Amino acid sequence: MKRLLRTAAAILFTAILIWWAAAGMNPGWTKTSVATMETDPITGIEYPVWKKHFVPGVDLLAAGAGAAAILAAISLLPIFPGTNKNHNL
Amino acid sequence: MKHTAIIIATAAALAATATAEEIAFDLKDPKGVNNIVFTLDAPLESISGTANGISGTVEVDPAEPEEIEGKIVVDAKSLTVPNSLMQEHMLGAEWIDAEKHPEITFEIKEVLNPVKNGNEGTADVKGVFTLKGVSKEITVPAKVTYLPGRLSDRTNGKMQGDLIVIRTNFQIKRGDFGIKAGENLDKVSDTIDISLSIAGSAPKP
Repeated sequence: MKRLLRTAAAILFTAILIWWAAAGMNPGWTKTSVATMETDPITGIEYPVWKKHFVPGVDLLAAGAGAAAILAAISLLPIFPGTNKNHNL
Repeated sequence: MKHTAIIIATAAALAATATAEEIAFDLKDPKGVNNIVFTLDAPLESISGTANGISGTVEVDPAEPEEIEGKIVVDAKSLTVPNSLMQEHMLGAEWIDAEKHPEITFEIKEVLNPVKNGNEGTADVKGVFTLKGVSKEITVPAKVTYLPGRLSDRTNGKMQGDLIVIRTNFQIKRGDFGIKAGENLDKVSDTIDISLSIAGSAPKP
């Protein structure tokens, strides 16, 4: 059980980290939509065009790291039987 | 003879100026380019958003584009930020309270220090800015550009008329308008940078 929790924690942290990095390593808050600026040719006005686009931010990275840390911490609690055979004797 | 011609030409020019009429420009742009960009400084990253629900009317004498009057109205619910949860909070009762105060307005009262350069004019515009039901008199620097006959270009020839473009950048303090005054200053700055770019159209029959 301890090994399972630690493996899950490692997988969770790695997955979140890879996801965040692959999405562009956004150093800010998570975005659910992104604006790109376009220019009107007649008036010269720059205007935003919003598109739904999920970009994970450091808040999501921190939440993932926190969840992984909690799993790892639970694995250290003395509520699980040890894996050492001698200990079980 | 030469003097007479100059006097007649000058008189004609003065008469034209005197008879020039104010044109009412509708700020509800059919192409939806009119927008406001707002930015608040914050520790992790600046919170930046836009608003595009702009309407209202301004009246301008093309001969004096810096002499402008009217009212700009922004639909508070059109304020948009990149995070949907953040947007929900922003429009909620503690911040903008868009349900109770659906409009953000700027009513022009006075034009100061007008400078005209061709079809462009700059001025300091004094007016009443209303946000979350609180009205304050502020003065903002504005640039006005008159584009005669250019409405046709924007409507693929369907409408004839003139365009006007108004631009301004200014700052307000959210605390002055009852938006969490003195609160959350460690998370979001009190100062809001506002950049407004709007086009108005005046169709001609």
